[in-house]
Amino acid sequence: MNAALLVFPGSNCDRDARVALTRACGHPPRDIWHTECSIPNDIDFILVPGGFTHGDYLRPGAMAARAPVTRALVAHAARGTAILGICNGFQILTECGLLPGALIRNTGIKFVARDVHLKVERTDTMFTRAYRESAIIRMPVAHMDGNYFADNRTLSKLNDDGRIAFRYTSDPHAADWVTSAILANPNGSIDDIAGIYNEQMNVLGLMPHPERACERITGSTDGAHLFTSLIEHLS
Amino acid sequence: MKAVIQVRLKNGVLDPQGKAIESALENLGFSGLENVRQGKMIEVDIDQVDPKDVRQTAEAMAKSLLANPVIETYNIEICEE
Repeated sequence: MNAALLVFPGSNCDRDARVALTRACGHPPRDIWHTECSIPNDIDFILVPGGFTHGDYLRPGAMAARAPVTRALVAHAARGTAILGICNGFQILTECGLLPGALIRNTGIKFVARDVHLKVERTDTMFTRAYRESAIIRMPVAHMDGNYFADNRTLSKLNDDGRIAFRYTSDPHAADWVTSAILANPNGSIDDIAGIYNEQMNVLGLMPHPERACERITGSTDGAHLFTSLIEHLS
Repeated sequence: MKAVIQVRLKNGVLDPQGKAIESALENLGFSGLENVRQGKMIEVDIDQVDPKDVRQTAEAMAKSLLANPVIETYNIEICEE
């Protein structure tokens, strides 16, 4: 896998992503600065990392979505390149139109930083083939604007086309399942949506952080399978 | 000439900040409040003389960056001073 990592002013998860990708691929990804007008053709996976690009001014991801490198990203997406947007990266992908809907302020109006549980909705995509069917996985979220919103038409299309990638769910091992069910959705996302695919299924955006769940020392290794899936698919 | 672009959340899009403002106002004793919504206002001086041109420029700016049509609407006022 030939991975590239887009870096904007205010990206702050690019280092974790670089470590995760280096471990998964055996070699570091190519860093691409936001002012670059092109992304090399031999790149077959592009990661848009989390952070607070341009200070989240105007709307999270709004400025980064208009950067020169993002135009190159959109062109790569049209050619079928695998693209993953994590957290602010997901917000950038919705802002630039690669993914439908928008991510608005959490219903609790607070920054949420904790582990969440996710149901892997399907395991036949290039991003999820290394997961067990209907697996429930754990990884952290850390965001203020992760509340996924889409109008009813978009939402039913996403559902009908099988384009929901992950849904927030309760901890299957929780002693207190009522509390766990109440806390499952950390931000008020419609239909408990944590991640979605584009129509061609080569672009995935999600709010939780798989790159922060790749080593046992961080409490979960469930995120690593996402990168394993891509490597299996691309090799 | 100055253009003022007001950006507001569409009806039906949840506005948790508006809700927080509403309850803060109620805590201050204001009663009978409903539907507090928070939006944004962007002012810009544009170096053009014809109000029609100014409006067209402001419109293009709102469409390409200032408002996200998925969740927001906007309106534009031109101030001739």
